[in-house]
Amino acid sequence: MVTMSELHKYGRTKLIMPGTAACPGCPLQIGLRQLIMALEGKLTLVIPAGCSSVIPGAAPYTSFTVPVMHVPFASSPSVASGLVRALRARGVDGHVVVWAGDGATADIGFAALSGAAYRNEDIIYILADNEAYMNTGIQASGTTPKKAWTTTSPRGKAEDKKDVALIMLMHKVPYVATASIAYPIDFIDKVRRAASIRGFKFIHLHAPCPPGWKFPDDYTVKVARLAVETGMWILWEYYQGKLTISPPSAPYRDKQRRKPIEEYIRIQGRFAQLSKDDVREIEAMVDQEWGVLMRLANIFNIS
Amino acid sequence: MIKVSSIYVKYLLSRPAMGAGGKTGTWRVRKPIVNLDKCIKCGLCWLYCPENAIDWLEDKTVTIDYDYCKGCGICVDVCPVKAISMIDERVV
Repeated sequence: MVTMSELHKYGRTKLIMPGTAACPGCPLQIGLRQLIMALEGKLTLVIPAGCSSVIPGAAPYTSFTVPVMHVPFASSPSVASGLVRALRARGVDGHVVVWAGDGATADIGFAALSGAAYRNEDIIYILADNEAYMNTGIQASGTTPKKAWTTTSPRGKAEDKKDVALIMLMHKVPYVATASIAYPIDFIDKVRRAASIRGFKFIHLHAPCPPGWKFPDDYTVKVARLAVETGMWILWEYYQGKLTISPPSAPYRDKQRRKPIEEYIRIQGRFAQLSKDDVREIEAMVDQEWGVLMRLANIFNIS
Repeated sequence: MIKVSSIYVKYLLSRPAMGAGGKTGTWRVRKPIVNLDKCIKCGLCWLYCPENAIDWLEDKTVTIDYDYCKGCGICVDVCPVKAISMIDERVV
């Protein structure tokens, strides 16, 4: 497990150059910094269209300190597959990391992602999930939660959230995990564990977006932490054939220890129209999700 | 004979530099101030700063780069001892 004193060596390193074009309080940059820290800068990023392709700023300068390939929307896993094969053919042992948003992963680029997972390409795929198409103006995506406001679902989204991490687990890839920007130590550990194995690695990173979810800029980390503490976001990891609930989420297996879901919902403007019944419905959904995951953990631990 | 690839590498490739999105310190409406008397040197504000505007120095205290700090206030929220406070920017 990585410690703060180990990370102190990066204390004065600019992992991302200050002066980016991101909104104040952007969760993607928190995640990117942790990712670069975890892999010690030895990575190539493949970034499809989305917020992360705007963040570097204007040419001839960039804010990212690692090599970046900006690719069309649906092609990021395919480009990364080619890139990693070219690197391995030349004898380079770096990591190729796809840093994609939820739209590029769950909706538009899903066919290419499924193909890359099926071929078990040696890439790390990180889905930075801000739960809508934030860059184009908050349109609902496949991972937007039920009843959330977006510009294309003004009365609350009717469909349920796609559980991309579980879909990827069923592709029988060697490593699948969920993470949150509020738990950097957990995320860095997961990235390092993923980097230590060959094959397709998938990490689903929860990233609350202040303008899209309609909460104040300074609550980014607080909202991400509340999502875990209320049980709305479950941190788990599938590694070496075992599915485990990660340490930050472990206490919340017991329903009594979870914070009330209202705390997470009332802090966000996108859930402002929710009634008491809606909250109860979401609570039932969360309980069901935990049930599924705990049963899966049992199944995977026996075999 | 000039190779096309060398032109690409020399002139067209973007290079890391501060302020690629402009001097973002001008976006700020509230300014974070660190009270070093209260600081317990944990480094959490540095770890969570989205902009990388906070440096965690050798003696484990922190300093904020106000040229690029966007004033989001995440450092104030994550500080365990409330050593950072936000004050209004006064435009003279």
